[in-house]
Amino acid sequence: MAANSRISREEVARIAALARITLGEDELTHLASQIDGILDAVAVVQEAAGADVPPMSHPIEVNNVSRPDVIVPSLSPEAALSGAPASEDSRFRVPQILGEEA
Amino acid sequence: MSDLIKKGAAELATLIASGEVSSREVTQAHLDQIERVDGAINAFLYVDAEGALAQAELADKARGNGSSSALNGVPLALKDVLTQKGIPTTCGSKILEGWRPPYDATVVTKLKNAGVVILGKTNMDEFAMGSSTENSAYGPTRNPWDVQRIPGGSGGGSAAALAAFEAPLAIGTDTGGSIRQPAAVTGTVGVKPTYGGVSRYGLVAFSSSLDQAGPCARTVLDTALLHQIIAGHDPKDATSINAPVPDVVAAAKSADVKGMKIGVVQELSGDGYEKGVADRFAESLAILESLGAEIVEVSCPNFKFALGAYYLIAPSEASSNLARFDAMRYGLRVGDDGARSAEEVMSMTREVGFGSEVKRRIILGTYALSAGYYDAFYGSAQKVRTLITQDFSQAYQKVDVLVSPTTPTVAFKIGEKSDDPIAMYLNDVATIPVNLAGVASMSLPAGLSEGLPVGFQIIAPAMKDDRLYRVGGALERELHKQWNGPLTNQAPNLVGQ
Amino acid sequence: MALTYEEVISKYEPSLGLEVHVELNTQTKMFCGCATVFGAAPNTQTCPVCLGMPGALPVVNEKAIESTIRIGLALNCSITPKSRFARKNYFYPDMPKNFQISQYDEPICTNGYLDVDVETDEGMQTFRIEIERVHMEEDTGKSLHVGGATGRIHGAEYSLLDYNRAGIPLVEIVTKVVSGTGKYAPEVAKAYVKELRDILRSLGVSDVKMEQGSLRCDANVSLAPIGSGKLGTRSETKNVNSLRSVERAVRGEMIRHARLLDKGERVIQETRHFQEDSGGTRSGRSKEQAEDYRYFPEPDLTPVAPAAEWVEQLRSELPEKPSLRRARLQSQWQVPDKEMAALVNAGAVDLVEETVALGADPTRARGWWLGEISRLANEAEIELTSISITPKDVARIIELISAGELTDKLARQVVAAVIAGEGDPDSVIATQGIKVVSDESALIAAIEKAIAAQPETAEKVRNGHVPAAGALIGAVMKETKGQADAARVRELLLGLLGQG
Ligand SMILES: [Mg+2]
Ligand SMILES: [Zn+2]
Repeated sequence: MAANSRISREEVARIAALARITLGEDELTHLASQIDGILDAVAVVQEAAGADVPPMSHPIEVNNVSRPDVIVPSLSPEAALSGAPASEDSRFRVPQILGEEA
Repeated sequence: MSDLIKKGAAELATLIASGEVSSREVTQAHLDQIERVDGAINAFLYVDAEGALAQAELADKARGNGSSSALNGVPLALKDVLTQKGIPTTCGSKILEGWRPPYDATVVTKLKNAGVVILGKTNMDEFAMGSSTENSAYGPTRNPWDVQRIPGGSGGGSAAALAAFEAPLAIGTDTGGSIRQPAAVTGTVGVKPTYGGVSRYGLVAFSSSLDQAGPCARTVLDTALLHQIIAGHDPKDATSINAPVPDVVAAAKSADVKGMKIGVVQELSGDGYEKGVADRFAESLAILESLGAEIVEVSCPNFKFALGAYYLIAPSEASSNLARFDAMRYGLRVGDDGARSAEEVMSMTREVGFGSEVKRRIILGTYALSAGYYDAFYGSAQKVRTLITQDFSQAYQKVDVLVSPTTPTVAFKIGEKSDDPIAMYLNDVATIPVNLAGVASMSLPAGLSEGLPVGFQIIAPAMKDDRLYRVGGALERELHKQWNGPLTNQAPNLVGQ
Repeated sequence: MALTYEEVISKYEPSLGLEVHVELNTQTKMFCGCATVFGAAPNTQTCPVCLGMPGALPVVNEKAIESTIRIGLALNCSITPKSRFARKNYFYPDMPKNFQISQYDEPICTNGYLDVDVETDEGMQTFRIEIERVHMEEDTGKSLHVGGATGRIHGAEYSLLDYNRAGIPLVEIVTKVVSGTGKYAPEVAKAYVKELRDILRSLGVSDVKMEQGSLRCDANVSLAPIGSGKLGTRSETKNVNSLRSVERAVRGEMIRHARLLDKGERVIQETRHFQEDSGGTRSGRSKEQAEDYRYFPEPDLTPVAPAAEWVEQLRSELPEKPSLRRARLQSQWQVPDKEMAALVNAGAVDLVEETVALGADPTRARGWWLGEISRLANEAEIELTSISITPKDVARIIELISAGELTDKLARQVVAAVIAGEGDPDSVIATQGIKVVSDESALIAAIEKAIAAQPETAEKVRNGHVPAAGALIGAVMKETKGQADAARVRELLLGLLGQG
């Protein structure tokens, strides 16, 4: 990896964990150098615009699109659960959840 | 081989409407063609023969009851990124293998209501990320003009299905060129409508602020007929435009460019554009000029930042959109042995379920949005978007439409660029500015370069999609005279011919 | 040695931050048309949108926007001319998209305040709580942890997810740092949540039931040595599910922090969970690194830009502020301060008002709600507002007492039966055959029977020793199974024994 690299292998590992993607050692190395190259190429955007240019998050600016508070039929629980890898008692069954007490 | 498959959608619709042929016969002819050639092309991920024939029968009945749909009974290939109730939807990914959505995309509802027969789901780069359809988990699609070459991407399956006469109509989606670039390299027509012109409800999101579904066909008029059916306001999509759809069919039929001002984007030419591509482009301009259009040069100086902005915005939005593929509610689940936690199962499933391009973009996007980098990357990219939009609006003060070659080169060989993401991304240099600004664009065949199709791109202001069809229709009419029909007629070795 | 609360406040100055999440009572969810009925069968109120299915898109519920603006106005906030939704990205199985649609740097309401009254050593004192922001977001699904200790996440073998709650509109109300409360911090916190609850209830925008989770409070607490002028490290306590718990959680955290600081230890910035049984808090998972939510503008939604005229119209239609209303009712009912405070604390103001509106005498209405009915609610460990007797029932009971058709004792029996679900007062009276024995001949017969049974006692009364009558009255009441009017029995008895 180039000495002036924008992103380190460790940083890619941290980002992969944040994105919930396990990466093998080789994949990590390969990806880190590719992403470094891409970041180098896209960093050109930083030169393009000064502080006076407003950011644009949406191509066609429209405001206040909403819907009335009127009930629309839901899916049946069978349809809702039809794609579930596992289910039980009309609920989605998932592996044990680590983390905070709900 | 039935000669029905060589006919365009408009002609088939007329034959079906007059009762000369049934939708069932037309549908069966296309199913037979798929059976015959798709082993070599791999355009389809799923063929719903039974469902298609049932829809065809409904269309035949609708005809009897006086259906007014302009495409009643005509078959269509649907990109596998749109949901169709009960039909497998994979987005070209392992992570969605086996998922059958419980609902129809709005585009699918509109197609069904119009009596269009959906033959099946077409191959694509995984989650629409790619320009070659090599990133499909289900193997690459091959270009019917030369099976060693890519059909473009991400909608390579839809474009190849048209070129191989497996379907007269197809739906694609275009985030950075995924309709237009495949159209260009397969000698077909593809339109990316104005952002918000076609509902995104049921379109599995890659980059929400860029994605747009659109019509694909072998002629400009067929594309317009399909455009008219799928476009229009949808209350289920908050970004859908609540305004009348311009009459694109009338525009395609009028095909009159007299007095129109056509701007050639200086920045979309020169280095990197191969000679055959540049020549066909110049010839097309000459034709348009001979038809009474005025050709002007325009400059869009910020287009040079477009690729960088795109490869930040699209991965960023994708990293969030694709977070839902986590093995909890649908799709693949890996590593659930009763001992592992949900978190571990998520990470393992995403490792196995996503291909390398998808992982690359998710990580890139996660990084671009993360604390400390947002302003430098995502924030700057959003500003570039503003600059590019300003370039467009300034250009449209001078001209009615802008034009450029759709792609710098013709179809490249399968495998040629698969491990060089930056080289791959350069394919989209001419198509990407369009998505960033949300304007409308068409690619149509301009001829051949060393035996392979070259695309001509037209770009119209937002909600002026009809201008694409006026210009495209005019150019196509003249070119068809030269070719004695669609460009696909110029392909002696075309698979499916 | 453990510090007492008095010692804590003699050395440290607390600062608070309160985050309240309110589930709106809209018919449908924030971004889809699914119903929001509490307690529905699992996954019966879900659709592609709230299940985060591929391809589905959110569309904002206009009623939720209206309700949020009304909340903001009632809390004296500025309404942002153009606010935006953002995505808050983090993975959690109860969140179907693995991002929450929320508002980030452009919330719909900002910079408000709420004044709350707290009883201090110097009498009633008003504290101004400044509101940082009020914003819209969506709720998560609910998980049920199976295996291990029941319902606990730790040691569970797997979890079951119900997404009925996923996507229900939530409004998050965040205060600025609240300082200067001194030892009253726990009371101020409680009074704030309570006043907020009353306002939300008066607006009709939420069920505000803490026990059902439609109003949830996170309490941030920090301590700094008095006079230091600094802010200490805060802890954030979640899972605070009642008003009483708000007060307990704040007090408990103040003591916990002070004990750490006194030992020269550090308070860790972390999330803690309130334990209803012990009143203490327990550390959540400690985070190795700060959360990185990667907020960015939600590309699937358009900005919210409420027209100024609409906002003004909503402002003009706001209901009377609960504090003003309380003052008005207090003077109408002629209630002393202390009793009014008791009514407010018991959450009985609305109940009494409705009972009075149905024709009951204010003093009697107050008496029943604060007395017998409150006692039964306490016994059942439920809020007065959740007890299953209505102002209409109470008004009817008061009416029957006034008409002499119920004695106080019988009325209590009817109240208990109504709460037990046996029907309204009239049907309880009918099925249980409750009636005041007013048939004088039956009463006289019973009195004569009692006199015959206790001749010596009767003699004492005849001789002017009136207090002895109690034993005879008791016997009569027993004979009539309590259905006689004791005052009338006494009158008749004394008359018969020549003492009338
Ligand atoms: Mg929140
Ligand atoms: Zn829903």
